[in-house]
Amino acid sequence: MTTADETNGRRHGRRFNPDRDVAVWNGKYLPYDLVKEFLIALVVVTLLVVLLAVVFSSPDDHPVTVRSWSTAQPVDFAQTAITELDGSSAVANYGPPYNATNPGATQSIGPFSPERWFGVHHPIDTANDYVIAPLQTLPDRAALDASINAYTSASSSQQANWTTAYEKAVANATFAQGGLKVPSGAYGPVAPMISALTSMARSGALDGALLSSRQFYGTDYTKPLLFIADGTYLANLGQAQHLQGSQWGMMNETGNYPGQAWLWLYTLWYQVAPMKTSSNADLQVWAIMMLLTLILALVPFIPGLRSIPRWSRIYRLIWRQHYRDIS
Amino acid sequence: MQTLTAVMGHMVGGLINLTGPGHYIHWGFIQISAANLVVIGLMVVVFAAAILIPFRRPGGRD
Amino acid sequence: MTTNTETPTDTATALPEDADQLSAKLRRAAVAALPPERLMPDRQPAYVASWIYVFGVLTLASLAVVILTGVVLAIFGPSWWHVSTVGLFVNSLHLWSVEVFFFAMVVHLWGKFFMAAWRGRRRATWITGVVSFVVSVGAAFTGYLSQQNFDSQWISTQAKDGINSTGAGAIFNVTNFGQMLMWHIVLLPLVVVLLVGVHVLLVRLRGVVPPFAPTDHTAKETGADQASPQKITVKGVPS
Repeated sequence: MTTADETNGRRHGRRFNPDRDVAVWNGKYLPYDLVKEFLIALVVVTLLVVLLAVVFSSPDDHPVTVRSWSTAQPVDFAQTAITELDGSSAVANYGPPYNATNPGATQSIGPFSPERWFGVHHPIDTANDYVIAPLQTLPDRAALDASINAYTSASSSQQANWTTAYEKAVANATFAQGGLKVPSGAYGPVAPMISALTSMARSGALDGALLSSRQFYGTDYTKPLLFIADGTYLANLGQAQHLQGSQWGMMNETGNYPGQAWLWLYTLWYQVAPMKTSSNADLQVWAIMMLLTLILALVPFIPGLRSIPRWSRIYRLIWRQHYRDIS
Repeated sequence: MQTLTAVMGHMVGGLINLTGPGHYIHWGFIQISAANLVVIGLMVVVFAAAILIPFRRPGGRD
Repeated sequence: MTTNTETPTDTATALPEDADQLSAKLRRAAVAALPPERLMPDRQPAYVASWIYVFGVLTLASLAVVILTGVVLAIFGPSWWHVSTVGLFVNSLHLWSVEVFFFAMVVHLWGKFFMAAWRGRRRATWITGVVSFVVSVGAAFTGYLSQQNFDSQWISTQAKDGINSTGAGAIFNVTNFGQMLMWHIVLLPLVVVLLVGVHVLLVRLRGVVPPFAPTDHTAKETGADQASPQKITVKGVPS
């Protein structure tokens, strides 16, 4: 047999390094049917997968819609909507790739800030995209148009007075008889706008109006997803299912299903200082993971690391028949 | 036929229902779902078994 | 063993004037690197005798099941499995084959690490394996994003922060379902299959890594100068 070329890794004149080079194999070759092995593996895996699928099925929790959110928790919806209008929501202050309203929002490690370098690619103007533009799609809205015009033509300090007052009051709002009941105050046109938006959301019309693509077909759910994620309703659902980042949620799945267990290391870094509290945690964790991935790929080149297998002597167990043969 | 459909329906719905509140283990700052712990534990067990269980090679001892 | 430098026999059938063809050259190079008996050998070195060796092939078999079940899901379209009991069952097969795939791949990785399987010009095999693992994580991730359920919503709105922080969010928008579905069913499977293909060919090209010499564990990595690499000789039939 001269098939496998058990090449000695040594370059000419280089000293033999047991963690890099191998001796030439001059021993026996025994029959080994690779194709048969693959076919048996295929049968075994198929049976195992069928068994697991029959026994455990797979999870499919219903998605949250703007309609289901605003129906379940209209006050949370209204609270979120007002922060989108006055620009205090998480998305409004996110930074790239959605907007550049808050220059301090960009994550960085020293001068390294790729988020800023790439810039805004999926622009979201929360006041217009989440509140004003959707309201303008409603039919028969003479009174509503007057409110929208009053709001858009007011000075920014006037707008801020209205929205700040409303934001405080809506925390104590209730929902009854098909409408938001907000304690009375000086909200100007903001109250009718948010009321109308809440009704629109509960009708389901807002889901369609938020789709980024204004054509018939669309597949981009960036705008509605980010709007929903700004509310506490989705966050509470995730929290209840142990899916929050602070709960090692990245590797978890709804219910009792195993999740992406292979993300254990990625989610681990979010649980430890300084990433646990850092506003640059995402970039820091990604930097760590990229570095670790590079190290894993380059283990064969890294002195010390590449010696661990030899030092651990686990190979003595794996190849114990071989060592018995040559002893 | 109806029975078959019922059986099929039950089968695809899962004989053991894993939906519902998840079971989680808290250990210091570590939180892990019982399901993930089982998967990771099994990996270690299977790895150890793969190394320790004798493999009969053709014409070989062991 | 010597490097195979003999002219492959099949060129004998080619006319001499065709020998300069790129096709002929490519064929000669391919056959020289991987002659059929090396591409699909019927024997393995005697040291290939452990259950740990089956996890590579188990990973390949699970990948085959992942792809097959994914193809069925693709035939009927992305919303099928939400409305059909058969669809749900195929989705379950797809999910569990992915869990088995990662399971087998991780055990395979551990095994190859403790065998230091990069030795003897096998570093590219190790690297393509690691890269396959990383790309598979991405492929699974986009699968979770393509489910169109609560999971997808949650994972996309959480994961966007990590991806965006790297700047990749400008191009790779995890909240764009259509884009994620394309990555999941076209781009990433293509890359995984290509990488795994190269990985397997490299395994065949270099063969299965031989054991450490019995004295290797006492050696210091750079200092231990074994004047010449020992020939491992085994009583009995020579290779």
